[in-house]
Amino acid sequence: MEERSKAIQDRIREKARELLLNKTVDLIIGFGEGSFPLRTTPRFIRDPEKTDRLIWNSFCENNLATYLHKFNKFKVGIVVKGCDARSVIALSLEKRFKPDQLFLMGVPCQRMVDRRKVKRAVKGEILRAFEQGDQIVVEGEEFKTILKRDDFFYPSCQVCIHRNPIQADVLVGDPVEESPLIEIHPEIQEFAKKSAEERWKYFEKESSRCIRCYACREACPMCYCAECFVDSSNPKWIEKSLSPSDLEFYHIVRAYHQTGRCTGCGACERACPMEIRLTYLTQKLNRDVKELFNYETGIDTKTLPPLSTYDMEDKQDFIK
Amino acid sequence: MTLKLDKKDLKAFLETLMDEYDLFAPVQLAEGVSIYKKIDRPDDVDLSTSNPQKPAKEVFFPQSETMFRYEKAGKQQQMTSTEGVEKKRVILGARPCDIQAVSILDDVFLGKEYKDVYYGNKRNGTTLIGLACNHPLSTCFCPSAGGGPFLRKGSDIFLIDLGETFIVELLTEKGMTFQKNKFFKEANTKEISLAQEIEEKASKKADASVPIEGIDRRSDLMMESPFWDRMHEKCIGCGVCTFLCPTCHCFDIVDEALTNKGQRVRNWDSCLFPLYSQETSGHNPRPTGRERTRQRLMHKFNYFPKNFGRVACVGCGRCILYCPVNFDIRQAINLTSAKGIRKVKDQVDLTRR
Repeated sequence: MEERSKAIQDRIREKARELLLNKTVDLIIGFGEGSFPLRTTPRFIRDPEKTDRLIWNSFCENNLATYLHKFNKFKVGIVVKGCDARSVIALSLEKRFKPDQLFLMGVPCQRMVDRRKVKRAVKGEILRAFEQGDQIVVEGEEFKTILKRDDFFYPSCQVCIHRNPIQADVLVGDPVEESPLIEIHPEIQEFAKKSAEERWKYFEKESSRCIRCYACREACPMCYCAECFVDSSNPKWIEKSLSPSDLEFYHIVRAYHQTGRCTGCGACERACPMEIRLTYLTQKLNRDVKELFNYETGIDTKTLPPLSTYDMEDKQDFIK
Repeated sequence: MTLKLDKKDLKAFLETLMDEYDLFAPVQLAEGVSIYKKIDRPDDVDLSTSNPQKPAKEVFFPQSETMFRYEKAGKQQQMTSTEGVEKKRVILGARPCDIQAVSILDDVFLGKEYKDVYYGNKRNGTTLIGLACNHPLSTCFCPSAGGGPFLRKGSDIFLIDLGETFIVELLTEKGMTFQKNKFFKEANTKEISLAQEIEEKASKKADASVPIEGIDRRSDLMMESPFWDRMHEKCIGCGVCTFLCPTCHCFDIVDEALTNKGQRVRNWDSCLFPLYSQETSGHNPRPTGRERTRQRLMHKFNYFPKNFGRVACVGCGRCILYCPVNFDIRQAINLTSAKGIRKVKDQVDLTRR
């Protein structure tokens, strides 16, 4: 695995350099070395001589598409995984950029590794971590543990069926074989079995940890409202305290606003410092949209998301 | 005489504490996620993990706090105060960094000029039982910020975890009131030397090399520096670093009102939110991440030292650990050093837009 990553990394650097030298783009958004093990960091490169700071490995967890709003006046070359590329398509459909403004360096994704899960698998602080074949080697002061990479994917990556970027300007790695369509998302299925009461209890418990830092909102490329409903004071939709009803309200509305727009990248969940797990909501909405409208976000570059348009033939049997 | 508390007695000790005090200690909310919380059952106390996500400041300065309630009945208006505190408080298990941060908040909320009654009522009379930090993380840099994993200052009682037992040091008058506590026994020389050993080891481990010394002067001329043009780029503008920071103390006051009644509430606020500096006219004097990131760092390392004589950072490393994009405050501090500034100049001037 690490050889494949190395090859991708070389290609990213080479392509980034070329794009900057030819002035095809003003800047490159990619991943750089993080400041502690199992971590990378978003990296912005403008100097063609500095593209060797870009890296690629199984810890490139951020969805960089979220930065495109900030740089919407520039020509940007951006490193995208399958999910990130879908976000870019979804944002393009919402007319967030001009068509020729972006250059997508698509990485057929090997699925990203959940650093929290890795941390929990060992006792003591991890001081060094690297990939070796299909393994992750983690070392601390008094231990060296070898873990199987496949056991440590992020939940969203585990069920990903679109790892190859769609519509990338260049693919910087060989395409990966896609998993067959996972018929029913295991988490949703498990959740659906629960009674309404149990479901509410789970939701209540998860949202109760929220500290309203809005890291989920900011990490999400699709959350770009000029004024988020939680910040509006006139009308005031929601209070700003930690009362359960306000926390629940925030998380429900955030999820529902993603209907037909969420790519299931899991950036919201990864950003959360309190490790709130609510992606089952957006995953369920994704599934509903797929079933009702046969629409998957960020797969088709032409068709508008179902909730942005209407059709006389639209299903309406849910209206009672 | 050095005392000790055997871990098998911890539960009983906590029960006696809870008779007299409201006890606050780290509690796990989910695997690997904890906060300081009022304890109802001693079993909930979890001293096994490193620093909780949310710092101890919350015990005195809650994220959301009702200041008073009001109600209108006919022509009568009634206000109900909520500033009182039922019982004295004990915080158990706060690390030296969080305790040092409390003393910084004391400067803010109980300073010469302003006294905050809500903070003061909770803080005064509170006994702080600190817990030595045996295993500072690689993201910790308390010695660089004037602290240390075994810093006793600020604690009334200080515990050192030896495995099966805690060494107990009574440090202040408040602490000395526990001298006769039936669960505290005399520690033997072996235990005392083990504690010293752990202390030496931990003190060597924590990073003392982050150049905070003199940063208030260095940053004086940095307001318009190109330094900020790039510094903020990866920040996505969430509130993780500020909310989890043990020294950040900005708040916003709002009325939560219905037609006839309501309450005035103060909530934590973050300088990284655009709304923080948004004015009624619609103008925002800190329009982009550049100005907001600058505010966060300048407040900690320039304005705060000017007002209070020390930086508003204790090196706990939470902002590093939990930042969704790995914005590392140590790198920002490093870049303010002479060497760092040269580096920034090289990088930025040529490519500035």
